[in-house]
Amino acid sequence: MRFLPTEEQSDFARTLHGLLAASDVPAAVRAWGAGDHTPGRALWARIAATGLFALAADEAHEGMGLMPLEMAGGFVELGRAGVPGPVVETAAAAVLLTRLGDEALAKRFLPGLAAGETSATLTLPGAGPYALDADAATHLFTVSAAGELRLAAGAGPLRTSIDPARRLALPDAGGELLAAGPAVITAARDAADWARLLTAAQCLGTGEALLARTVEYAKQRTQFGTAIGGFQAVKHRLADTLIGLEFARPLLWAAALSLAPGEVAAAKLTAGEAAYAAAMTALQLHGAVGYTEELDLSLWLRKARPLRDAWGSPSQCRAAVLQERLR
Amino acid sequence: MDLNHAADVEAFRAEARDWLAAHVPATPLPSLETREGFAAHREWEALLHSARWSVVSWPEEYGGRGVDIEHWLVFEEEYWAAGAPGRVSQNGINLLAPTLFDHATDEQRARVLPSMASGETIWAQAWSEPESGSDLASLKSRAVRTEGGWLLSGQKTWSSRAAFADRAFGIFRTDPEAPKPHQGLTYLMFDLHAPGVTVRPIGRLDGKPAFAELFLDEVFVPDADVIGEPGQGWRIAMSTTGNERGLTLRAPGRFLAAADRLVELWQSHGDPADTALRDRVADAVVGARAYQLFTWANASRFAAGETIGAESSLNKVFWSQYDIALHESALDLLGPDAELADGAWAEPWIFSLAGPIYAGTNEIQRDIIAERLLGLPKGRR
Ligand SMILES: Cc1cc2nc3c(=O)[nH]c(=O)nc-3n(C[C@H](O)[C@H](O)[C@H](O)COP(=O)(O)OP(=O)(O)OC[C@H]3O[C@@H](n4cnc5c(N)ncnc54)[C@H](O)[C@@H]3O)c2cc1C
Repeated sequence: MRFLPTEEQSDFARTLHGLLAASDVPAAVRAWGAGDHTPGRALWARIAATGLFALAADEAHEGMGLMPLEMAGGFVELGRAGVPGPVVETAAAAVLLTRLGDEALAKRFLPGLAAGETSATLTLPGAGPYALDADAATHLFTVSAAGELRLAAGAGPLRTSIDPARRLALPDAGGELLAAGPAVITAARDAADWARLLTAAQCLGTGEALLARTVEYAKQRTQFGTAIGGFQAVKHRLADTLIGLEFARPLLWAAALSLAPGEVAAAKLTAGEAAYAAAMTALQLHGAVGYTEELDLSLWLRKARPLRDAWGSPSQCRAAVLQERLR
Repeated sequence: MDLNHAADVEAFRAEARDWLAAHVPATPLPSLETREGFAAHREWEALLHSARWSVVSWPEEYGGRGVDIEHWLVFEEEYWAAGAPGRVSQNGINLLAPTLFDHATDEQRARVLPSMASGETIWAQAWSEPESGSDLASLKSRAVRTEGGWLLSGQKTWSSRAAFADRAFGIFRTDPEAPKPHQGLTYLMFDLHAPGVTVRPIGRLDGKPAFAELFLDEVFVPDADVIGEPGQGWRIAMSTTGNERGLTLRAPGRFLAAADRLVELWQSHGDPADTALRDRVADAVVGARAYQLFTWANASRFAAGETIGAESSLNKVFWSQYDIALHESALDLLGPDAELADGAWAEPWIFSLAGPIYAGTNEIQRDIIAERLLGLPKGRR
């Protein structure tokens, strides 16, 4: 047993971290929210160049094989930087097509997704009805409860999320039928587990970003003649935030190792709640300036709640944990 | 990264499981916070020791099996899953023994450790004083030099299990002139039955004499019972608190077993319509797993040669809060039976309530986390 990331795994996350720290991600997020996907796509291309999306596709189609641990480590960094776009959905679509094992479909879609040249969004049975960023994604996949995988022809009107950088759409019924049957259902289930896992990773990174920014602020902002970070009430809230995040991290690792539904649900539940709690602490400790959209903090603040609920709300995750336990 | 144990660890697990299945008392022992229960638990310690299960991580010469922390964690999982009794000797094993391994002489180790391992000598921790709780360094009990040793005087309090224990370890002021409160302190061991010692049991919330007050009036301690250099007591003591809050005080096995029992209770007593309570059961399952995995990660760091410092405060706050939430959920599931003092969850609930207070209160732990891990300014303490 060695329950720590290997050097290679840590190096990969560090590379992404460095790349994202050197990019102006907040500007790309704001542009994305305003409907201009150009800076976001440029950012996406740099991310894809690290090989991140290739970790969700098999070798025969330009992928690296399914590597959830490495990918989860990478998605923590995407969350930390606040990268916009259907990153989780693109990875999940690649997993679905890899798992489905339909050679023609794999050949048609996977190389582009693995290379980051194309992106995808999707809806899966049992998950929410909305497709994220259908206006920006290259492909819009849907899987019905009956196991029909389709390429939707379009999506209705876009709805905005409480996070302006997320656009939600209800895919049109119908579209090109790509595959159908039990194999689709099985592949979709795997894709949903991956989506849940990677969203958990994004949550953890989001929470860590919120904590780090708030700690910095608490060291600088003075009131009553002293840095507010010297006040115990402030310190203790930040300490609790750190505890929440630190205990979510190993759950994420274990979930990525096994991809067992109960483990993935536990990770998503814990990381989602910890990140949302971090957001509430960040908001409170920034005072009024934290309640503005002008401060970049808002980019993470508004993401924490949607991410907590996407691909498995806390109550769905709790149900999945108990279901596995009571079986 | 991997979570699989090597074959030798799994073999060790199987051996522990078999032994525990054959030896754990069929009916629970009486509460270890009673005279009768204390004696029964002491016998259990002797039995554990006879098969070398009482201190598995210690070197063999002192009664252990010389295994690493991974084995120890696995042993604890099996121990608590088997429903084995609480450890009456835990203060000695978890707090004094690590100090002895780090700071004592060979002679002291050879003299003290074997009888600790067998439960023949049960140790109490005599640190806190009526005026010195969180501000432990302000302690006033003193040790004054005398021919061949020291004379202890003063008052200690909240000493767990001192009502029935044999010996105690604590810190005493040997240099009242020292410029700072945490200087001039000395760490030593003394006999609770020595002339000059008065032990006054204190009933905890449920009335059981789980701790005691110690009145010391010129109690003689030979030089041989001083641990480390006189005047170095604070530094030595702090290396012990790291152990207490860190990995060794509460192994995940304890919480995994408790969460399993909670799930069973939910299955037998749960109202399917009460989704709020069902959610708390799920949280208990997830929390135990989180604590287990967090501990595995730390154990892996240990194995890689790293040390754990202020990070141990994360542990302490987590498990103490977790423990209360879990027990409260059990009481809620029991409904009207929760109130019964002899119920299976009553005493564990009472016990859980002290978690945020002992081993350094959670307020103090949060200060440590904020200052040492997050780098926030040091406040007044
Ligand atoms: C079940 C149990 C077993 C124990 N066993 C032992 C034992 O075996 N040996 C032993 O020596 N001691 C033992 N103790 C004592 C324990 O270590 C002390 O209770 C603890 O250190 C707190 O001290 P106190 O009770 O004097 O509280 P105080 O220090 O008086 O604190 C009271 C409250 O004020 C808060 N507070 C104090 N200072 C600060 C600060 N700077 N910032 C914020 N809040 C603060 C505390 O967090 C607490 O909430 C035990 C206690 C319990 C409950």
